[in-house]
Amino acid sequence: MTGVGEQPVLRVRNLVKSYGDAPVLRGVDLDVDEHRVVTLIGASGSGKSTLLRCVDLLEQVDDGQVWLDGQDVTDPRVDADAVRRRIGVVFQAYNLFPHLSVLDNITLAPRRVHGVDRAEAEERAMALLDRIGLAGRARAYPDQLSGGQAQRTAIVRALAVQPRLLLLDEVTSALDPELVGEVLALVREVAEGGMTILMATHEMGFARSAADVVCFLEGGVLLEQGPPEQVLVDPQHERTQQFLRRVVAAGRL
Amino acid sequence: MSAPAREGVVVPPVSEVERGRRSYRRSRQRRSTWVAVVSTLVFAAVLVVGTTSAPGWERTQQSFLDPAAAQRSLLPVLSGLWLNVRVLLVAAVCVFALGLVVALLRTLRGPVWAPVRLLAAAYTDVFRGVPLLVLLYIIGFGVPGLRLQGVPTDPVVLGTTAIVLTYGAYVAEVFRAGLESVHPSQRAAARALGLTHRQTVRLVVLPQAVRNVTPPLLNDLVALQKDVGLISVLGAVDAIRQAQIQSAVTANFTPYVVAAVLFVLLAVPMARLADWATARARRRQQAGGLL
Repeated sequence: MTGVGEQPVLRVRNLVKSYGDAPVLRGVDLDVDEHRVVTLIGASGSGKSTLLRCVDLLEQVDDGQVWLDGQDVTDPRVDADAVRRRIGVVFQAYNLFPHLSVLDNITLAPRRVHGVDRAEAEERAMALLDRIGLAGRARAYPDQLSGGQAQRTAIVRALAVQPRLLLLDEVTSALDPELVGEVLALVREVAEGGMTILMATHEMGFARSAADVVCFLEGGVLLEQGPPEQVLVDPQHERTQQFLRRVVAAGRL
Repeated sequence: MSAPAREGVVVPPVSEVERGRRSYRRSRQRRSTWVAVVSTLVFAAVLVVGTTSAPGWERTQQSFLDPAAAQRSLLPVLSGLWLNVRVLLVAAVCVFALGLVVALLRTLRGPVWAPVRLLAAAYTDVFRGVPLLVLLYIIGFGVPGLRLQGVPTDPVVLGTTAIVLTYGAYVAEVFRAGLESVHPSQRAAARALGLTHRQTVRLVVLPQAVRNVTPPLLNDLVALQKDVGLISVLGAVDAIRQAQIQSAVTANFTPYVVAAVLFVLLAVPMARLADWATARARRRQQAGGLL
């Protein structure tokens, strides 16, 4: 997938992570090229979220390496905060700060971490909010938003620092079904804007239509990866077939 | 026969890179330890030199850190401390019970209980507001002055009562905060199962509330632990009163320092226990993660 002389935005090699005695990731290899959307699918507990947390250095890996733009970020000499500044993350439960307004949630990092002055940060935030139709809610607080509005705000918050890589951790799993669409539409728009995205998801339909690469994780191992029409339609691995059969039976594809 | 390896669990050999990272982290850890040791020593040296080079140091040393006076006063102060420990134990149990009852009274529903709720609220307001020292004088000297039959006149009993009244009000508020910290959805779930209001409080809300407030309760216990020394103002012969007596005998302040050191020794295990309980509560609430 990587063109000659091009280096992927994210490269993961032999990633190993255990919690206590329980191995969660058992040697994962993964590349995410620039402007690509890579989705991680698999059952709960297959290691999708842990993989994302390891990439954002929220967890210390037990073995293996992660490179961001060619820099080994798992090296303990690397400033983890500087790495995280280049990565945007959206969590399943939004994780908006309840004591800050929508606007302050979005401008917090640009102002405090990236040194953008208030007027400029707010102008940019308002432009982003305008694009997702939430400009009118800029002064609202997170508990006054619907789940879909909250999650779209969280996505804008992650984008406000113009990250190199966007990590989405099951961003629609906590939403009511009728709110899933608006969030996925925003993700699709962000992807079409050229953002490099690694996302864990249960939305097979979305993976199929929006992803460049689909990766199937099972028991901490990346069993199968490829373009969606291959992995989701004609999976080679028996475990992938089984997983997809269950998904279809549940009416999710 | 050796136990078979657990199925499906492959322990991969640790890579060269990871070994390098681990040895780097170990070396950083060693360095941190050394920095901590050196900075502690420097800090201690500055403190000691700064104090001992003060112009009045020798005079102060004689009146506050006289080994002979310390030795002479140790046993009497220790015997006084035993009284403090007994008062502490009794007071702690009474404060816990009183605080809990008052907090629960404030949760009572229904118009019939309005005066009880009001009384409980008034109690916490009044006794959190009155300075403990003033309350000690009022109860310690005022109650015996009534010359009522059967009312105790022992300064230890009266002093303990005053302390229990003050701390009971504080602890009641801690318990109330704990009861309110239990999420309404827990009440809803309990009531949905058909539990009555009373059963809900006793079986669902209270156990979670007590768990939530254990750290602040232990903090109050540490505070109580030293405030029991205030019963000395009523004439009870506790550690502080003994120190006062010894201080008068030797014309030296060292006995007070002895009492202070003994109180600290008593407080340290309690403070560690409080830290431990707080850390455990935090661990239970948020497992895992580097941040």
